[in-house]
Amino acid sequence: MLLSRVLEEKLGSLYRAGGRIVGGVYLGKGQEAFSAALGVQLRKGKDIYGPLIRDQAGRIAFGEPIIDTVRTYLGAVTGPMRGRDGNIHRGRPKEGHMAMISHLGSLLSVVAGGLFARRLAGTLADSIGATSIGDGGTSTGAFHEGLNMAAVEKLPIIVSIANNQYAYSTPNTRQYACENLVDRAAGYGIEGVTVDATDLASCLKAFRAATARARAGGGPQMIVGTLLRLAGHGEHDDASYIPDTKRQGPSARDCLQVAEDFARDRGWMSSADLRELNEEVRRNVDQTVSKVSKEPAPDPFKENWQALSCAELVEGQHEA
Amino acid sequence: MSITYLEAIREAQYEALREDPSVFLYGQDIATFGGAFKATKNLSKEFPNRVFDAPISEDAMVGMAIGAAVEGARPIIEMQFADFSSIGFNQIVNQAATLFWRTNVPCPITIRLPSGGTAGSGPFHSQSMEAIYAHYPGLVIVTPATVEDAYWMLLDSVKLNDPVIFCEHKFLYYHLKADQIGDRELPIGKARIARPGRHATIVTYSAMVHEALRAAEELQLDGYQIEVVDLRSVKPMDTDTILASVARTGRLLALGEAFPWGGVTAEIIARVTTDGFHLLDAPPMRLNSKDTPIPYHPNLWKSHRPTTSTIAAALRRLLRN
Ligand SMILES: Cc1ncc(C[n+]2csc(CCOP(=O)(O)OP(=O)(O)O)c2C)c(N)n1
Ligand SMILES: [Mg+2]
Repeated sequence: MLLSRVLEEKLGSLYRAGGRIVGGVYLGKGQEAFSAALGVQLRKGKDIYGPLIRDQAGRIAFGEPIIDTVRTYLGAVTGPMRGRDGNIHRGRPKEGHMAMISHLGSLLSVVAGGLFARRLAGTLADSIGATSIGDGGTSTGAFHEGLNMAAVEKLPIIVSIANNQYAYSTPNTRQYACENLVDRAAGYGIEGVTVDATDLASCLKAFRAATARARAGGGPQMIVGTLLRLAGHGEHDDASYIPDTKRQGPSARDCLQVAEDFARDRGWMSSADLRELNEEVRRNVDQTVSKVSKEPAPDPFKENWQALSCAELVEGQHEA
Repeated sequence: MSITYLEAIREAQYEALREDPSVFLYGQDIATFGGAFKATKNLSKEFPNRVFDAPISEDAMVGMAIGAAVEGARPIIEMQFADFSSIGFNQIVNQAATLFWRTNVPCPITIRLPSGGTAGSGPFHSQSMEAIYAHYPGLVIVTPATVEDAYWMLLDSVKLNDPVIFCEHKFLYYHLKADQIGDRELPIGKARIARPGRHATIVTYSAMVHEALRAAEELQLDGYQIEVVDLRSVKPMDTDTILASVARTGRLLALGEAFPWGGVTAEIIARVTTDGFHLLDAPPMRLNSKDTPIPYHPNLWKSHRPTTSTIAAALRRLLRN
């Protein structure tokens, strides 16, 4: 959580400084607990994870090294996306980290497909899939179709819905008409729970239980976390459309603060420990960024400009 | 006072809402927020109850526009990015495009697609989708390259009794400015000679018109006069104006930012070679993006799309032939 926060703050400052990051920066501020609580339940190499926009913390918890994030944001050739795709659109599918496309909802069926294939091949064992979406993304046909299909196939998939009350500027009142998104679970014939997503302990408990149910053959599990997006939609956005009443409400608690207080209150960590940890994390992030900054940018003359894996089928460029 | 291409789009929507009470706007984040690009800024204030935030449901957004059009409304749908219109593809090409032909009931909807590449936008926020929609019978595909056209063609689109895919180029949003919006000069379906010349013709549309004009400037230094034809709408495509230009110059470069397979540039070449083969002094050429998704890193992006220098190089080869 802390690493995620510090890394994202760094990305935000690189963006604001200009030049280094071209394109948007999308942060998961306030969603680290909910995201990480899912990530830690997953086993890299065994489970399939389809994270979304605000899952930096979940990706770290799943085992993605932060250098992959930095390389993707800076477009380095050394990164998993080789400068071809950027920012949050990254992954290593063969390690079970699916690379999201922008089109919301599209990943759910893809994660389901991975699980389906494993079941066919007899290799599913106790592995599960997991994917995230926001309140807004639940309005897509892709989300509905994917979830319905996963339910019909009774696949072991966790569908984590971060209800941060806004989709870009659009409040939930313009997004859905049910009382709570979790009410939809019954309609799909799956289990669903809600959790206070600002509270790490509750999130951990909820995801631990849900992943256990999925691993035990309980089919798709929906978890709806209630929180507030504590950043703009992207760093270009000041989110001035979020009223102060919401910003001061209980869902606007900073999950990182809540978790730190929790650890301190239990005597697990002192303020000095936390400070030290903070500094260590900052050093790690700074070192990673400075390392990546020295790496070469993609060279168009070294690119093969081929979108097919079957090189013999790639057409010559029939043009001037 | 000057007005940008983006402001012209806003002004046109203002005017459409003012002129005709059956016009309404539906799209993600377009009401209070004024849209991801601010193309509908303040319109929800100026026209209460006629500008709505849509759920993230492109298929349903287009479907609801079609149903509303049957009832006599003239909806304008904003896709947040052209790329997301693929989610509404079925409703566009199967429902909207076939409605009049099947039922004799017209379908006056306008779907605005913020199109084309900008640095750092990557494969899913950069696409040019005109060719894919143009392929389907029953749609009008508009691709304005100027501030005037952005304004007048959007107003014309809303008045048209057929579904219009309005491809507005994001690269032009802020960069392109005019002192004021002049008079309406040409209707949808007519191309424009953006620059007269006599040694070769570039036929293009949208943001590439400006790259073409810059390349023509460059060739001017070598003593060549390049004619640039701005298609304005890729469907209908003004074949007469294209052929008349090729008749003057004898040489053709078809230029587009979209992917190279098929598409608008292929259509241009097909029309000129079938109807005007005798006019050509050299084999026609085409220049498109490369045949890969649109890359994120600016170094790659710049090499993926045609630029002034690759266009100028193509022209030099064309003139040598
Ligand atoms: C199909 C589709 N339409 C539109 C968009 C543009 N878009 C990107 S993020 C976003 C808002 C997403 O809101 P939500 O799902 O609540 O996630 P959050 O940003 O709040 O985490 C929109 C409209 C998109 N990515 N995909
Ligand atoms: Mg949201």
